[in-house]
Amino acid sequence: MAGLMSRASMVVKAKFSKLLDRAEDPAETLDYSYEKQLELLQNVKRGIADVVTAKKRLELQEQQLQQSLVKLDSQAREALAAGREDLARQALERKSGLQQQLQSLDQQTQQLQQQQEKLVASEKALSAKVEAFRTQKETIKAQYSAAEAQVRIGEAATGIGEQMADTGLAIQRAKDKTEQMTARASAIDELTTSGALEDFTTDQTQLDRELSAIASKSQVDSELEQMKSELGKGDEKKELQP
Amino acid sequence: MIVRVMGEGQFEVDDEVAKGLNELDEQAAEALEAGDAERLTELLRRMADAVRLNGARLPDEDLSPSEAIVPPDDLSLDEARELFEGEGLIPDLPSV
Repeated sequence: MAGLMSRASMVVKAKFSKLLDRAEDPAETLDYSYEKQLELLQNVKRGIADVVTAKKRLELQEQQLQQSLVKLDSQAREALAAGREDLARQALERKSGLQQQLQSLDQQTQQLQQQQEKLVASEKALSAKVEAFRTQKETIKAQYSAAEAQVRIGEAATGIGEQMADTGLAIQRAKDKTEQMTARASAIDELTTSGALEDFTTDQTQLDRELSAIASKSQVDSELEQMKSELGKGDEKKELQP
Repeated sequence: MIVRVMGEGQFEVDDEVAKGLNELDEQAAEALEAGDAERLTELLRRMADAVRLNGARLPDEDLSPSEAIVPPDDLSLDEARELFEGEGLIPDLPSV
C-alpha cells in the first residue's frame, strides 16, 4: 500500500503537470504559468473575503442569540415574580436550547477563523513565490540558450506548481467549510422565521402575551387599590366631619 | 531533504527525521485504509510535528520543489478519501 506522502505528491504533481503540458515552448510555459499564478492569487483573495463574510454572518447570529438569552432570562424572572412557574420553565427551557446553539455557533466561528488564517498564510507564501518566479522567469528567458535553463524551468515550475496545488487545496477546503457553515446559519434563520424554533424574542409569542397580560392585570389591580384607598380616605374625612 | 507540510510550508529536514516520517506514513496509510479517523488525525499531526519541530523552515520565496509532501494535519477522513481517491480534493488550477 502506498504511503500518504507519495500519494499526496502524486496528486499535487498531477495537478500542475496539466498546467505545464499546455504550452509548447519553455518561454510560453513560463508566461502561461505566471498568468495562472496571478489568477490563483486572485482566487485566494476572494476565498479570504468569502470566509470573512461567512464569519461575520455567524457573529451576527451569535449576537442575536445572546440578546435572546438575556430577554428569556428576564422573562423567566418576570413570570416567576407573577407566580407563573410554568411560563418561567418554558422560558428557561428555550434559553437552554439557545445556549446549545450558541455554543455550536461559537465553534463554527472558530473553525472559520482557522480557515481564514490558513488562507492568509497560503496567500502570503504564494505571493512571495510568484514574485520570485517572475524574477526567475525573466532571468531564464534571457539565458534561454543555455542547457541549464531547461532544468531551471522545470525546477521553478515544479516549486511554484506545488505551492499552487497547496493553495488550491486550502481554497477548496475553506470553501467547503464556509458552505457548510452558511447552510447551517440559513437553517437556523429558517427555523426561527418558520416558528419551528419558537422565537420568544418577537412580541408575538405566547410567553410575551401571557406576561404582558399578567403585567397589565397587576397594573389594573394596583390602580384599583390606589383608587380604593383614596376613596376610603375621602370616606374617613366625611365621617370625621359630621 | 525538503518536505512540504500542506497548508503550512516547506521545511528542510535531515535523513533521520525523513526515516521517522516514512514509518509514521505507513501507519497513516493503514489508518486511512481502516477508516480510523482518530488514528489518522493523530498520525498526520505527529508527521507534521516531526517536520515542524526538527526542520528548518524554508523562506516563502524559495522555489525549490519538495521531495516529500505531508498532507494537512487537520484532514478529516472524508477529506483524505477525497484527496487520495476519486475526483480529488484539489481543484484544477484556474483554467483559461
